[in-house]
Amino acid sequence: MSEEHLKNTLKMLRDRFGLHESELMKYPPTFMATADKIVEISRTLRDEFGYNLLCELTAVDYYPEDMPRFHTVYGYYNIAENSRMAIRVPVNGENPSLPTLSEVYPGANWLERELWDMFGIKFEGHPDMRRILMPYDWEGHPLRKDYPLGYEEPQFTFNFDEIDKRKHHGRYEEA
Amino acid sequence: MADPIELDYPELKHLVSERALKGETVLLNMGPQHPSTHGVLRLLLELDGETIVNCVPDIGFLHTGIEKNMEAKRWELAEVMTDRTDYLNNTGNNLGYCQAIEKLADLDVPPRAQAVRVILVELERISNHLVWLGTQALDLAAQSMFLYCFREREYILDIKELCSGQRMMTTYFRPGGLWRDIPADFEIAVRRFLRMFPSRIKQYEALLTKNPIWLERTRKIGKISAEQAIALSLTGPVLRGSGVAYDVRKAQPYSGYEQYDFIVPTGTNGDVYDRYLVRMEEMRQSLRIIQQALDKLPYGPFRSNNRKYVPPPRAELGTSMEAVIHHFKLWTEGFNIPKGAVYSPVESPKGELGYYLESDGSNHPYRIHMRAPSFLAIQALPVLAKGHLVADLVAIIGSIDIVLGDCDR
Repeated sequence: MSEEHLKNTLKMLRDRFGLHESELMKYPPTFMATADKIVEISRTLRDEFGYNLLCELTAVDYYPEDMPRFHTVYGYYNIAENSRMAIRVPVNGENPSLPTLSEVYPGANWLERELWDMFGIKFEGHPDMRRILMPYDWEGHPLRKDYPLGYEEPQFTFNFDEIDKRKHHGRYEEA
Repeated sequence: MADPIELDYPELKHLVSERALKGETVLLNMGPQHPSTHGVLRLLLELDGETIVNCVPDIGFLHTGIEKNMEAKRWELAEVMTDRTDYLNNTGNNLGYCQAIEKLADLDVPPRAQAVRVILVELERISNHLVWLGTQALDLAAQSMFLYCFREREYILDIKELCSGQRMMTTYFRPGGLWRDIPADFEIAVRRFLRMFPSRIKQYEALLTKNPIWLERTRKIGKISAEQAIALSLTGPVLRGSGVAYDVRKAQPYSGYEQYDFIVPTGTNGDVYDRYLVRMEEMRQSLRIIQQALDKLPYGPFRSNNRKYVPPPRAELGTSMEAVIHHFKLWTEGFNIPKGAVYSPVESPKGELGYYLESDGSNHPYRIHMRAPSFLAIQALPVLAKGHLVADLVAIIGSIDIVLGDCDR
């Protein structure tokens, strides 16, 4: 059943890729990996260990830390063996980018677009790296921790330009 | 043949084929206000005559920043926002969120609360499938189905109102149990529904299952193979319609699902008709689960006794200083959850609904991500729709059962 299969998978990851376990995640069992290995690891997990469903792909912003600033979380599920595991990949704050997984898991396509939209993490080799939830001309990436949630100064006609200069995001630009 | 198109946005050129640029195919905008798109979904269709060459979904019209907003609220206050994501599955979203918190904080849930949760979530599943059936049949011009389905759904909304005072946005499940115990007439109301509903399913099936128009409109439409569905991360009835028996309730039971006897229905062809059959059978299985849960509904407390997370009973406040302190703490600053992260899935009527929660040890969530089944279902729409007629696209959109509130969050 699932537990033995999971144990074998975790052992393989430890031996072959030299990964160590993440202490933060309570469930499912999670390993820390680096960006350059994530495609290879995913391919191995899918082809050799049957983790055929990419069930989760998200990111966390640890601003003001910068090296690394983000953690992306990949969740894998093996339908036949009924076992679940995850991998976390740290990403640096300056020009954050990762290789795309959409070759291995076509379902990652939109999830990666969501990450680009919300966190500004670029996925190299992605077939269609556009915004997905926000309008196409939006500035900034809303789920970053330095992106304000409301409480912005209201702009009236007389002080519009003055406030516009101070703003980090959502500046009005004449077309 | 039309004139070649000049593009305003050359960076969007890759979305359509070369033929569209030459003017051989027609680009048609569908939505976001189209009644058959089940919300504010916009589709860019590339048509060759009436056949769909390509379909580009455009989402985000209902994006309200729920994940960002939840980060600014305390754990227990953020729960009200989960109701508003998938508005046809309110208690199901509450369950996913509460379970993630319970996993993160090692919070216990008494058996009575677990059983009531199961009953309400299964009622919700039926109610969701009723809305789906009504609207899907309406899209395929079976207007009376819509009225029948909404008539039965009203019973379920009444039961929810009985428990929580709200018909839709209940927030009835709280971390550690329920908001309050079920009222005395809850059992009577649910049993009345259980007696009435099986015959109603028979009526629906009599109207649709062997109806030649229904068969013509749903069979061999929107086919997807099991491998493709898995690769596209599809879950729920869409995946089961393709023959993969993956259901979180069976695979990784939660909230006491392991005690109940039910089957996971699967289809064989993976078309619109099979998804219809799967959902009809799921309603029957939900009835079975409710019946079993109600028959052995345990007595006992309806919420955990862990006062760090759960408020003390009202009666204790007059006599116990401890209770007053806990009450004061919970109402002024909420509870803190130890540092950690968790991914916790539940089976929503639309598929695997996962909550990724991360806590930095404070009384606010540090990060919440919902793995929304509708989001991934819409992603698969181009694969499902290619080669079909525009009229069939309406059936396909209905069959993946999307809620744009869930998709855009």
